[in-house]
Amino acid sequence: MTNLLILAAEEGEHLVQAGDGGWWADTAGIMLILPFVAFGLIMAFGKRLKHQGGEIAVAALGINLVWATILFVANLTGGVLDQTTFEIARIGSDLVFELGWVVDGLSIMMYFLVNFVGLLVFIYALGYMKGDVRVPWFFAAFSLFAGAMLILVGAPNLVQMIIGWEGVGLASYFLIGFYWDDLDNVKAGNKAFMTNKVADVGLILGAIIIGVTLGTFDFDALDLAAIEHSEALAGVALVGGFLLFFGAMGKSAQFPFHIWLPDAMAGPTPVSALMHAATMVTAGIYLMARTFPLFQNLATEARGWMVAIGAITLLAIGLLALVANDIKRVLAYSTVSQLGYMMTAVAAGGYTAGLFHLFTHAFFKGLLFLGAGSVIHAVHSNDLTDMGGLRKYMPTTYWTFVVGSLALAGIFPLAGFWSKDEILATLQFEGYVAFMWIAIAGAFVTAFYMTRAVALTFFGEYKGHAEPHESPRIMTGPLVGLAIPSILFGLLNIPGVSWPGIGNFTEWLGIRVVAMGDHHAEAIDFALAGMGFGAALLGIALGWMIWGKDRNTQQARDRFEVPALYPLLRHKYYVDDAALGLVWATSNPLARFVDWTNTYIIDGIVNAVGGGTKFLGGLVYNGLDQIGVDGVFNGLSAAADSAGSALRKIQTGRVQEYAAGFVAGALILVVLFVFVI
Amino acid sequence: MIVNQFLVLAAALFALGVYGLLVRRNIVLILLSVELMLNAVNINLVAFEAMLNTPEALGQVFAIFVITVAAAEVGIGLAIVLMIFRNRRSANVDELNLMRW
Amino acid sequence: MSFADWISQPVNWVFLVIGLAVLVSAFRVVTSRNVVHAALFLVGALGGSAGLFLLLSAEFVAWVLVLVYIGAVIVLFLFGIMITRAPTGLDEGLDSEQKVWPALLSLAVFVTLAWGSIEAFGTNPLATTGTPTVTEILGESLLGRFVIPFEMVGFVLLAALIGGITIARRDLTPVEEEERITA
Repeated sequence: MTNLLILAAEEGEHLVQAGDGGWWADTAGIMLILPFVAFGLIMAFGKRLKHQGGEIAVAALGINLVWATILFVANLTGGVLDQTTFEIARIGSDLVFELGWVVDGLSIMMYFLVNFVGLLVFIYALGYMKGDVRVPWFFAAFSLFAGAMLILVGAPNLVQMIIGWEGVGLASYFLIGFYWDDLDNVKAGNKAFMTNKVADVGLILGAIIIGVTLGTFDFDALDLAAIEHSEALAGVALVGGFLLFFGAMGKSAQFPFHIWLPDAMAGPTPVSALMHAATMVTAGIYLMARTFPLFQNLATEARGWMVAIGAITLLAIGLLALVANDIKRVLAYSTVSQLGYMMTAVAAGGYTAGLFHLFTHAFFKGLLFLGAGSVIHAVHSNDLTDMGGLRKYMPTTYWTFVVGSLALAGIFPLAGFWSKDEILATLQFEGYVAFMWIAIAGAFVTAFYMTRAVALTFFGEYKGHAEPHESPRIMTGPLVGLAIPSILFGLLNIPGVSWPGIGNFTEWLGIRVVAMGDHHAEAIDFALAGMGFGAALLGIALGWMIWGKDRNTQQARDRFEVPALYPLLRHKYYVDDAALGLVWATSNPLARFVDWTNTYIIDGIVNAVGGGTKFLGGLVYNGLDQIGVDGVFNGLSAAADSAGSALRKIQTGRVQEYAAGFVAGALILVVLFVFVI
Repeated sequence: MIVNQFLVLAAALFALGVYGLLVRRNIVLILLSVELMLNAVNINLVAFEAMLNTPEALGQVFAIFVITVAAAEVGIGLAIVLMIFRNRRSANVDELNLMRW
Repeated sequence: MSFADWISQPVNWVFLVIGLAVLVSAFRVVTSRNVVHAALFLVGALGGSAGLFLLLSAEFVAWVLVLVYIGAVIVLFLFGIMITRAPTGLDEGLDSEQKVWPALLSLAVFVTLAWGSIEAFGTNPLATTGTPTVTEILGESLLGRFVIPFEMVGFVLLAALIGGITIARRDLTPVEEEERITA
């Protein structure tokens, strides 16, 4: 299969070399398995260890990171393209189910991302969760998540990806509802799981449709068929593709499936950092990337819808961050907004653009969440109104948070600037100009709300009741560890620049880029870049004017109240209520129907059978036995009795009457014998 | 003489005996009627003997036997009547219905 | 043989007279209201039938009849009548109320028997007339061919004798029983 792709690539413009990754690629499966081993060990021994099992989790990811780094380096120097699979099951002679791992540019990028950010978050969590409840279970579930995520990104076919998909959903459910003592947390976990499950219906249906049409679930085969414009696939491409997108919408929180992500902040902050910022939510984008040719070549009608949904997500949800008072919620809305960016980019045809933004976003969003966690840890509250003036007390946290915010806002030369610029360029190139303007407006909004968050948290006077202090080094270390890539990694994909010896991000994504007809800008479009940068600066300035000046007072907070807009925002466009209402409206009648069926029909049947049997038994007993059989016998005896009663009257006791009978009988006999016979 | 004249006569006697057997209430009179019937039988027997003229006079021998047994029967019968009379102070056969249903 | 021929024989006149007497007597036996009269009418019937035996040349049987039947049996009957304190006068309750069915039955009996006889024997004549039966023949029969029935009849009589005594014996009172045992 992979040879065919190389063949296809050679026909394209760029000739890309690819090695097979050697021993490290062949054994890369260990990355997928190690977290599960860690899960088992933590469940067994975690309680007794000093860090309650965290050491094991950190060790597992650390070992994983070795493989990931080596493969990453191998990829950027020579390119890696390998796939190892094991056949698990087979239907007929055609449909084969395989499990295994892919080692190519895209998956190596994801391996590196998951393990690197994951390791830093785990280290951070050692400090953050210290003294908390159920720490072994935390690390166990977190390891479970890491393993499932790696299975997802290393999947060679749709089936394994769905396995990983569901696995991360499960881990997410566990971890969101980690503090299950509070019912709201449990409800949040349910909401996340249910929303994802509804979307997963689309995913599974899409996978089935495409897999059965093609005869295989393999990604390589799918991409090849799409590239070659196969007839069979073209027929189902729109439906299947849209269904796959439906699934991606759930996991990547696109409008209207975004409702679960803000509530998912109920989980511990490290969870929010890793799962709901950097990795799990990007699984939908990853799926879109893996099946890129399908949408670009065959299901082209769907692209417009996908771009639109991404754009709506981007802007509308971004606005919600303006009214959130919970610092994690602000970041959650921001994540959804950025996911909108990624989805818009990939749908529009920007394979590299979307994935690059995914890459950079993981670092600075993870950083922001960990910083928020640090603040929360210090102030013992999530509420922005309880914060203020914390930069005096927590300098490291403050600086890293600012770095992350600037990167997110898209300020040159931090990472976010480059990735956002790439997206804008793609939108323009592909002709989605209206959405490009929306993306620019989104950049403005992003900068706006992040300035608000920073101002309300770190500036002004601290009026709360706790004693804020800087977090321990075990927590600030990862903050710095993530800040550095947030600053530098943008430089990895400067348009037209390919660093000698290591190439650039586009090249790292490798062969599939070439084969999939991605557009990559050859040079920086300064006009566009300038517009994006300008929007961000405008947002910062405006935000500072409104919130920064008054140093976090109630006046400041109340100043920006647009009467019409804010209630709508406050209620999150009523989407949550609508979703809940929909669920209630559909499931309640169904539940009631099932209950009715159960009570009247099923129970009715059972009762009827029982009653019928009882009746039948009664019938047999009363009718057949009592009346019938007994009746016969009773009747017989009664008949004998009555006959006897009648006949005994013959016994009068009078001899003469006996004699009369005697004579009469004799006479009859005489007549009979003499005259008749 | 023809044989039938005796036979018819005997039949009449027999019938009268039957009537008496069924009608009379006194036990003794019932026994009397029985004697009448036996006598009719005797006439029959002797008439047949006269008709057939067997060498051993079979009919007459049989008639002798009948008479003898009749005598014995009357003896027993009257003994029973005596006992009945002792027990019940009456010889009315209608009252002897203890073996009714 | 026609009726005219039959009537012309003088034997038959005798027969008719005796027969009529017997019938009337028998009728009176069963319909008399007086018990003693009934018994005495039986005497008449029996005597008449003895006469008929004589006509049939069965002299021995006739005299046995007179001796045994009239001499002993009727006497016995009269004893029985006396002991059972039967009312010696007119007794209204002598017959049962229902007489119709018995009458019909007896009529049926008579018709059946008569009809059967007439059908069977028609006008067969009797073989002997006037020649007496030699008693020697009867004796030879009784003690020759029929010796066993003869003896059996003897036993029957013995049994009747003993039986009669046993049945009619007065039960011993307890006092007499006691005396019998201790004596």
